[in-house]
Amino acid sequence: MSMKVGSRQVDGVTIVDCSGRITLGEGSVILRDTVRDILSKGNKKIVLNLADVNYIDSSGIGELVSAFTTTKNQGGELKLLNLTKKVNDLLQITKLYTVFDVKDDEASAVKSFK
Amino acid sequence: MAMTDQRVSYTLDSSLETIDNAEEKATRIATELGFGDEEVMQISMAVREAAVNAVLHGNAYSPDKKVTLSFERTGGDLIITIRDQGKGMDLSRIPNPLAPENLLKTSGRGIFLMRSFMDVVEIRPSETGTELKLIKHVHGPTAGGKEASQ
Repeated sequence: MSMKVGSRQVDGVTIVDCSGRITLGEGSVILRDTVRDILSKGNKKIVLNLADVNYIDSSGIGELVSAFTTTKNQGGELKLLNLTKKVNDLLQITKLYTVFDVKDDEASAVKSFK
Repeated sequence: MAMTDQRVSYTLDSSLETIDNAEEKATRIATELGFGDEEVMQISMAVREAAVNAVLHGNAYSPDKKVTLSFERTGGDLIITIRDQGKGMDLSRIPNPLAPENLLKTSGRGIFLMRSFMDVVEIRPSETGTELKLIKHVHGPTAGGKEASQ
């Protein structure tokens, strides 16, 4: 299953609902283009909802890091929401859990920007 | 075929499709060998990372270079070997992805993940390519093997 994304606005925060696989190739490119597009429109509060992302490889992990640093470098903030066990385990193994602000419900994720 | 001395090997192009293909084969074979869901995921992810290494960093997508992938059940081990035809990697230049200064790097986690998910990872670089050997100890019942090439 390839990756699909959809974005929506909630109280000034852009929620990106991702589903499928974030892997080398199409999945990583879609995520990169989506975050760049959001930032280019001046939206700097971003939440990646990964509830339906069932697989991430090292390239996908790199793309999450890239999205995080790109957003930060433009004065914004990017947070992760609703990690599956697989993705959560990967972030623990790679110590990226200490880098990302990870939330497990949308309301608190949105509020955390204020 | 008996539970021991099973071997299946493939010759694959240096393409993105090969990476998905290698992962799918690893998932199928690990499942057939009786690994649990968690171990199947670990094996397939390690093979995917090894295939990424071979296709991108080894063969650099060259249409003239091939990736060979083999799965072998020997005794209590599943042994997976992936070879590319690249220039070989410099192991001393692979940084520790857990070091604070490397945490925000966007690449360099592939071999680390392989080592996290497999019992043994052996890397043999040479001027004519790199061979990665991934070993997982088998705990469950196993299915039959076969010879194949594509």
